[in-house]
Amino acid sequence: MADAAITAGTVARPNYGSMSRDRRWALRWSYFFLVLFAIFFLMPPIYMLITSLKTSQEISAAGNPWWIYDPTLENYIELLTQNHYLTFFRNSAIVSVCVVALTMLISVIAAFALARMKFWGSATLATGVFLTYLIPETLLFIPLFKMFAWVNETLGIQLMNHWWTLIILYPTLTVPFCTWIMIGYFASIPKELDEAALIDGATWTQTLTKIFIPVALPGIIAATIFAFTVSWAQFLYPLAFTTSATELVLPVGIITTLIKGDVFNWGQIMTGALLGAAPPLVIYAFLMDYYIAGLTAGATKG
Amino acid sequence: MADIAARGPTATVGDSRSSLHKLMQRKSTIAFLMALPLILLVLILVAYPAGYAVYLATLNKGMTRFVGFGNFEFLFGRETFWMVVYQSCLFAITAVIFKAIIGFVVAHFVHNIPSKGQRKWRGMLLVPWVIPPAMSTLAWLWLFDPSYSAINWILAHLGIAAVPWTGEADWARFSVILVNVWIGSPFFMIMYLAALKSVPDQLYEAASIDGATWWQRIWYVTLPMMRNIIAITALFSLIVTFANFDIVRVLTAGGPLNSTHIFGTWAFRVGIESGDIPLGASVSLFMVPILAVAATFILRDITKRGSEV
Amino acid sequence: MAQVTLRKIVKKYDEVLAVRGIDLDIVDKEFLVLVGPSGCGKSTTLRMIAGLEEISGGDIAIGGHVVNDVPPKDRDIAMVFQNYALYPHMNVYENMSFGLKLKKTPKDEIDKRVKQAAGILDITELLDRKPKQLSGGQRQRVAMGRAIVRDPKVFLFDEPLSNLDAKLRVQMRTEIKKVHQKVRTTTVYVTHDQIEAMTLADRVVVMNAGLIEQVGTPNDLYHSPATKFVAGFIGSPAMNFIPCQLEQAAGALRVRLSDKLSFPVPSDRTARYASHAGKANLVLGLRPEHIAETRPHTEANQHDFDMMIDVDEPMGMETLIYFTIGRTDICGRVNPNAGAASGKEMKLRADLSNMHLIDDGTGKVL
Repeated sequence: MADAAITAGTVARPNYGSMSRDRRWALRWSYFFLVLFAIFFLMPPIYMLITSLKTSQEISAAGNPWWIYDPTLENYIELLTQNHYLTFFRNSAIVSVCVVALTMLISVIAAFALARMKFWGSATLATGVFLTYLIPETLLFIPLFKMFAWVNETLGIQLMNHWWTLIILYPTLTVPFCTWIMIGYFASIPKELDEAALIDGATWTQTLTKIFIPVALPGIIAATIFAFTVSWAQFLYPLAFTTSATELVLPVGIITTLIKGDVFNWGQIMTGALLGAAPPLVIYAFLMDYYIAGLTAGATKG
Repeated sequence: MADIAARGPTATVGDSRSSLHKLMQRKSTIAFLMALPLILLVLILVAYPAGYAVYLATLNKGMTRFVGFGNFEFLFGRETFWMVVYQSCLFAITAVIFKAIIGFVVAHFVHNIPSKGQRKWRGMLLVPWVIPPAMSTLAWLWLFDPSYSAINWILAHLGIAAVPWTGEADWARFSVILVNVWIGSPFFMIMYLAALKSVPDQLYEAASIDGATWWQRIWYVTLPMMRNIIAITALFSLIVTFANFDIVRVLTAGGPLNSTHIFGTWAFRVGIESGDIPLGASVSLFMVPILAVAATFILRDITKRGSEV
Repeated sequence: MAQVTLRKIVKKYDEVLAVRGIDLDIVDKEFLVLVGPSGCGKSTTLRMIAGLEEISGGDIAIGGHVVNDVPPKDRDIAMVFQNYALYPHMNVYENMSFGLKLKKTPKDEIDKRVKQAAGILDITELLDRKPKQLSGGQRQRVAMGRAIVRDPKVFLFDEPLSNLDAKLRVQMRTEIKKVHQKVRTTTVYVTHDQIEAMTLADRVVVMNAGLIEQVGTPNDLYHSPATKFVAGFIGSPAMNFIPCQLEQAAGALRVRLSDKLSFPVPSDRTARYASHAGKANLVLGLRPEHIAETRPHTEANQHDFDMMIDVDEPMGMETLIYFTIGRTDICGRVNPNAGAASGKEMKLRADLSNMHLIDDGTGKVL
């Protein structure tokens, strides 16, 4: 009897051991591959940082490109004092803030009307809005280019080569998706809540501002982040519609002013790119959960 | 008495009904007005230009004469156009496949580790998606630099000859796909991770009890449960990659010898830089069919889900 | 004065009639319960009184004024919803005061009323909590508090207890009744639970398929149902319906349940039932408590019979027994010590003084 128990024990114990060992190995492999992928994913931004801290002599020297022998802030100082970089940054900031404000104003109000008030054709419109989101800017910039010329000829308003033109254009990229996710968030608010507000004597405006907006705040933050990142990163429209150095926004500004013919000033380009990537990265670092909620909302909500 | 009571209301019914009707109408009018900015935006800056592109595509270079399908005939006769078609499809399809695979694998590894560390890893691995593509492509361009490539430096230390990343047609195509995958796979990873979290643990437990290996668990439990998310993410990504502009423009500007041009960048080259707006519009219109197909599938999924709710 | 009057109320959704012409007078200070199976139109009726649904025909008057066209906020009503519908971003105090604030009531008045309502409901210490931090029962109280604060002419309750677990439901039921006794506001209460209806109501309205089946006090409905639907809906376990024939034999009237089993009709009912003798489609309605074990002492209209018990279900204070006559399953309630056991023959006693005779064709109780 005791014998049997002992043999059973010796059989059982290595079994448990192997199971937990399997799991430990699975975990080790997971970490190993995660580190590999993290290196792959983080290599470009890290290399940006490394290059931005080098002198131009060091950049063109033959040493180890992954090591900084002579760290310097020269690139940062030069970029922020001598070039148009601050103008680009300011233009980008104004455009993005205005676009975010305009986007949220249009899309929150429209989403409320589409999700709750229903009118003739509202369901079709909701689907149409989503379709609009799928139309890429690469399809629209040529006709827009021609339309702007036409506006200039007939109305005398020059839309070309002004940074504020981008404030009119970017909402086409942000509004459809923001409206779509706001419809999803609003639709998830129980109908009884607006009925309770109705009985409490709230008007439609009050229901929107005092009930819906506070309750759907996470969605609004997610949509705001989305609108900001899209307008901050947009490249094609400013490339096509702005040319003078004073009217450029960040990505285009760096490429057109820091690359002169065949001469690449890599130290400054990397510094500019890194600083340009900073605002979205900072927002992401602080509001990661909202950022991710916004990303997944398009496919999982609605 | 009962008669009067019964008749009294009916007399007022007519106008009370109509005034209530008016009230309802006013509500939908207000709703319509609230959605009007959205409608105008979509009509003026999306729908109209999209239609206008079709019209533009039928004009001659000076936009003085209607040429019908002339621009398209001209395109069909040009070798570069067929290269653009081939490259657009090649980039989109390969990039989406690799994004999907890498995203899936990474999501699995993140899902595998203890949940308190997951947030940190997830945060780190999503960085490529957060950086504006034009900026991160600049970093890649520098990593691929013909004379100072930091990647080639590492390869040289491993005894591998320098790779002409953006200098030769096939390597340039590879580089474009690589950057596409680098930017896009974190998005897949995040979507998969959200989907993985929604698969109930009991299913895996049941599968283990049924004797499924880890591979069978993925094949028979995880993948079927995530089918919808995989499909819709892949379709989204297909649209985005197919209509991409930033990466190719910054990395190769279409070179060497047009071997990396895609519809977006070539339309820009032809329409804006060479000033042939109708031809540029014609080029960009070739994106419509594949976008329409992808959009139809996405829309079908969304309306299906809408009716399930 | 806050009586509510419904005249020929009709509600159409597209071409489907949800409510098919309802007349109802709700007296001032009354607690009226609308009860019925889901889809019977009871919630729609309540929502029409609230003004959340347009009425397709007829008139609703509150306190003597026709309110067909009046928006909900001006009807002077308050409503408690099934899922409570508390504003998740406001604390309890803000939830309760929101309506008053929109009406621009002075601050100290709001404060006084909220404190008073919180006192009635015993939620004073919860005032600065958010709905998320409250239990189901507490949320329920807050939802009621929100209604009381507004001091409306009419309270409307839409299945307020169905999200609570069974034990809490019983507790809150008593709570609602107490509150009504304190504030004495006219109340319309919708539920699908007949026990809730019986325990709470001054009067119960049983609805079915968009029409009113019967209006009456709980006891009226229980003892004198007007239709087979009401008879079967009220009471648990439900009334037994046994197909039967009415036989005129030798001047006496008998209900025949099977070849072997028949009972004489109580003498005070003979006159009422006589004309239906020999008709088809008759059903005997007898509640389970009127089928019990036999006892030594017999009263009028009680008749013994032997029956094979199919299933016995001990409940503690009583035992439910099930047996079959023809193809009908029948339930009875016997003393736990009467020795009922599955598969055993047992002597039972039917009390016919509480019988109902129902015409299954028209559904009317005769």
